[in-house]
Parts: sequence; structure tokens; C-alpha cells
Amino acid sequence: MTDFINALVVLTNFILVPALTYGSQLALGALGVTLVYGVLRFSNFAHGEMMAFGTMITIFGTWGLQALGVSIAPLPTALLALPLGIAGAVILSLIFDKTVYKYHRQRKASPVIFLIVSIGLMFFIGGLVRFIIGPGDQIFFDGTRFIFSARDFKRSTGLDEGLALKMTQAVTIITAILVVAAMFWFLNKTRTGKSMRAFSDNENLALLSGINPDRVVMITWILVGALATIAGTLYGLDKSFKPFSFMQLLLPIFAAAIVGGVGNPLGAIAGGYVIAFSEIAVTFAYKKVVTYLGPDSFQPDSLVQLLGTDYKIAVSFIILVIVLIVRPTGIFSGKTL
Amino acid sequence: MTGGYGAADILKECTIGVDRGEIAVIVGPNGAGKSTAMKATFGMLPLREGHVMFDGEDITHLKPEERVVKGMGFVPQTHNVFTSMTVEENLEMGAFIREDDIADSIEQVYELFPILKEKRRQPAGELSGGQRQQVAVGRAMMTQPKVLLLDEPTAGVSPIVMDELFDRIIEIARTGVAILMVEQNAKQALEIADKGYVLVQGSNRFTDTGEALLANPDVRRSFLGG
Ligand SMILES: Nc1ncnc2c1ncn2[C@@H]1O[C@H](COP(=O)(O)OP(=O)(O)OP(=O)(O)O)[C@@H](O)[C@H]1O
Ligand SMILES: [Mg+2]
Repeated sequence: MTDFINALVVLTNFILVPALTYGSQLALGALGVTLVYGVLRFSNFAHGEMMAFGTMITIFGTWGLQALGVSIAPLPTALLALPLGIAGAVILSLIFDKTVYKYHRQRKASPVIFLIVSIGLMFFIGGLVRFIIGPGDQIFFDGTRFIFSARDFKRSTGLDEGLALKMTQAVTIITAILVVAAMFWFLNKTRTGKSMRAFSDNENLALLSGINPDRVVMITWILVGALATIAGTLYGLDKSFKPFSFMQLLLPIFAAAIVGGVGNPLGAIAGGYVIAFSEIAVTFAYKKVVTYLGPDSFQPDSLVQLLGTDYKIAVSFIILVIVLIVRPTGIFSGKTL
Repeated sequence: MTGGYGAADILKECTIGVDRGEIAVIVGPNGAGKSTAMKATFGMLPLREGHVMFDGEDITHLKPEERVVKGMGFVPQTHNVFTSMTVEENLEMGAFIREDDIADSIEQVYELFPILKEKRRQPAGELSGGQRQQVAVGRAMMTQPKVLLLDEPTAGVSPIVMDELFDRIIEIARTGVAILMVEQNAKQALEIADKGYVLVQGSNRFTDTGEALLANPDVRRSFLGG
């Protein structure tokens, strides 16, 4: 029995908690991608770099607050700087919309043109971020590190295995829940949110009903800028801020959005967790779990790992390909914003 | 009105009109330009010549949403509901330009179409064809328009539902709303029409009262199947 509980603790510590954390980050990222797709009807490749940009501004805000001696310990100061980062990402998004996207929108350009334009912006924002903050790692996490550590857990339970909960993990999961709840409330209960859904559902009829398309587009960019910054900051707090990592995040984020059915917010969230759990479960070494659950004195020689962690990124790619072949419209097909 | 989508004119000196409390019906073969005439009236098509008058005012250069504010409502032939949104949300979106309380208007629509009240929480995309048309008309009614443009409101519904819908449309007209509608079910539509227009290749072929058109042997032979 103790063996079984120990195995469960290992799985919770190394798969459940990290996957919930990473999944929340992906879900928020995918939600941003899906909003752009639902309202503006293109795949926004610049989203990953927009996350980096918003996070960068948040980091500057955090440093400023730290210099002033402001602290909300045990919570990380970055949470306090988030509004500044969001403002930065929103302003940049609106500038891009006015100077770049609007032109193509007025010419009724096809989605593939938008997609290519967004790739251009992706490189531009990426360069801008590295130019401003540099390509190196930035650690901007402060506050309490653990809510409870593996050692605390072992001492209080008497088990051999430890279960730790980092502050960043708790903050990520709770923030994601709050943000997603606020987002659904906005889309389903407010007049403006409903008008966004109406626009996404049937643009022509929305115009006939007097819904102002410019306003819908503006609100979309505001929401997307906020989501990008929050997702990026949570990711940066949890791992570290490395400008290049955001380009790599693009694949799992798009995989999450597409797996759930692109354009569908609920799908984006489900997709985020599907991708995160698969990535972590497939690359986890199950040796300890097998040892606990197997017959006595049984010890596997290998790590019992399906795929090396180096191949993590391949997991989203494989899921993406499978979904596109088996169910191209995603799990929650047929539903829009 | 004269105009079209590109270089070629679809409408050629086409004239249509309707007065307060009246029902005017446009009939004609497929591709005659009936929907185009409706779009032109609603400002979704640039006119090369001619103009659109509303209550004695020239509104030729107003955008569709500005015409909604003036008191025009339009139900397009296709894609005329928000399929992913509930019936009630569809009605709310119909009233988007209004700043005042819309609860009364929603109640009025439910009185007119009681089935919609039952289905208020259901996505419009899950309703039957006839119910969807009711949502579409209800949505346009939400701005309390003075003129209602209906493009084939009975398309794809059974004869019983069609009679139902026509009854509702007559009811709406009785409240003083002017109704301009395109219909494939020419005979039944002309029976309830105060005015009728037979459109062929973008021009008026016959214009008369509904009764007179029904009695006209030429119209009967060519457009009403004998
Ligand atoms: N968006 C468009 N762009 C270009 N041409 C169009 C467009 N819509 C319609 N047309 C053309 O305009 C002509 C008239 O079409 P319209 O839809 O007005 O006919 P209709 O009388 O409503 O026919 P139906 O009874 O089938 O609804 C047709 O020749 C059609 O091909
Ligand atoms: Mg038509």
C-alpha cells in the first residue's frame, strides 16, 4: 500500500503538477491565438514573440518595483508589474494593427497573406526584444520559492517520496483559472463580448446589426495582448525568461489551439492541457514508478522512458499531425467563439 | 435604381417602393436581381444612378448601419442568424445600436413568435428552418424599424409554416410597419400584397396591386404557372 502511495506521489510530483502548470501556460497562449483566428481570421505567428515582448516589459516593471523596494512577498513582484507589461503588449499590437494589418484588411487580403505578414512581424518583434533586453537568460522571480517543499512533505507524511509545490506553479494555475473565467464571462455575458462573438460568427450580419468592426478588432487586440503577456510572464516566472524560447513555444501553442478546434476558446484550453500532459508523460522516466508498483525486488535496468526529453517538441508535432489527419477540425469542431 | 456588383449593371432603372402599413412584394425568376434590389435599397451596393428615399429624405449615401438607425431593418436571404449564439442573444445583437431598455422589444418578438420564447436559450443553428426564419425576422424587428426588408422569408419552409409566417408578417404590417419582401411563393405572397412588382433582368416588367397582378393573364402565364 505504501508503495502504491509512493508511486502516486512520484506521478503527482513529476507529471500532474508540472503538466497542469505548463498546460495552463499553453492554454492561455492558445486562447490568444484562437481569439485572433476567430475574429480576424488568420493564424497569428507573431503571438509567441508578443508574449516575449509583454514579458520583457513586465520584467522592466519588476526591476523598477524592486529598486523602489516594493514587494508583495510571498508572491512574486512580477504580478504587480503585469499591468505595465499588458499595456506595452497592447500598445504594440494596436500599432501593428494600424500600420500593418489594417491595410491588408481594407484590401480584403486572404488569410494566407495575413499569416505571412504575421511571420514578418514575428521576426521583427523577436529582434526588437533581443535588441532591447539581450538574448541571455533573465531570472526575475522573487518571493517565496516553495509553498511546501519535498522535504516538508516527507517529514509530515513519513513517505519516502516527496511532493513539492512551487510558488510559481500555484500562481500559474490560479491565475490561469481566474483569467479563463474572466474571459468566458466577458465573451458570454457582456454586450461587447457578445458583439465579438457575433462578429466572429457572421461578419456580414454583425455589420447589418450596427456592430462596429473597428471596435471589435481593437478589443480583440487588447484581449490578445493581455493574454500574451500573462501567459509569457507565467512561463518566464516558472522557467526563466529566454527570448529564444518563445519562438519554440509557438509550436505547442498552435498544436493546442488546433487540437481543440481553432477558433473555439474552450478547445484552446483543453488543447493546452492535452499537449502539456502528453509532452510530459511521454518524456518522463517511469523507473521509480515501476519499481514501486512491480513485484518485490524488481528493478528495471533502463529508465523506462518512451522518449528522451530532447524530443519533447516532437510530441506536439506528432499530436498536431495526427489530429490534422484524423479530425482536422479539432476535438470541439463546429463551435466558434 | 441602376447599379451592380462590378462593371455590369444588374439593376436597370428598377423602381420599388412601399408605404407605411403596406406590404409590397417583389417576384420574378431566379437571377432577376431581386436580392440585388434589396441590397441596393439597404445600401449594400453602390448605385450608379437613381436614389433611395426614406420618409421624404434622400438616404442614397448612407451606410447600412446608418439606415438601421434611421429605421430600416433587413433580413438577408441566407446567413441571416448568428448560428452559434442563442435565440435571445440573436435578438440582443439585433438591438445592438439601441441604448435604451430592450426588454419590451424582446417580449414583443416572443409574443409574435411564441416558439422562440421556448427556445430562447438554444443556439439558433440548432433550430429548424422555419424557426430560424422567425429568429431572423425577430432580430430585424429589434430596432423597431419603420421599414422591414425581407428577402425570401419563407425559403425552405413547409406550406403550413409559410402560412404561419405570412400571418405574422401581416400582423407586423398592421402595426404600421412598411414591409418590402421578395418571395418565391409568388401566388400566396401576391394574395397578401398591397403592391406587387414583377422584376425581370433587373427591370420592372409589371407593377400593380397584388390583386391586379394575380388577375393579369400575362403575369399568370409567365410567372405564376398558369
Ligand atoms: N455578390 C455578387 N457579386 C457579383 N454578382 C452577383 C453577386 N450576387 C449576385 N450576383 C449576380 O447578380 C444577378 C442577380 O442576382 P440576385 O441574387 O439579385 O438574383 P435573385 O433575383 O435574388 O435570384 P434568386 O431568386 O435566386 O434569389 C445574378 O446574375 C448574380 O449572378
Ligand atoms: Mg435572391
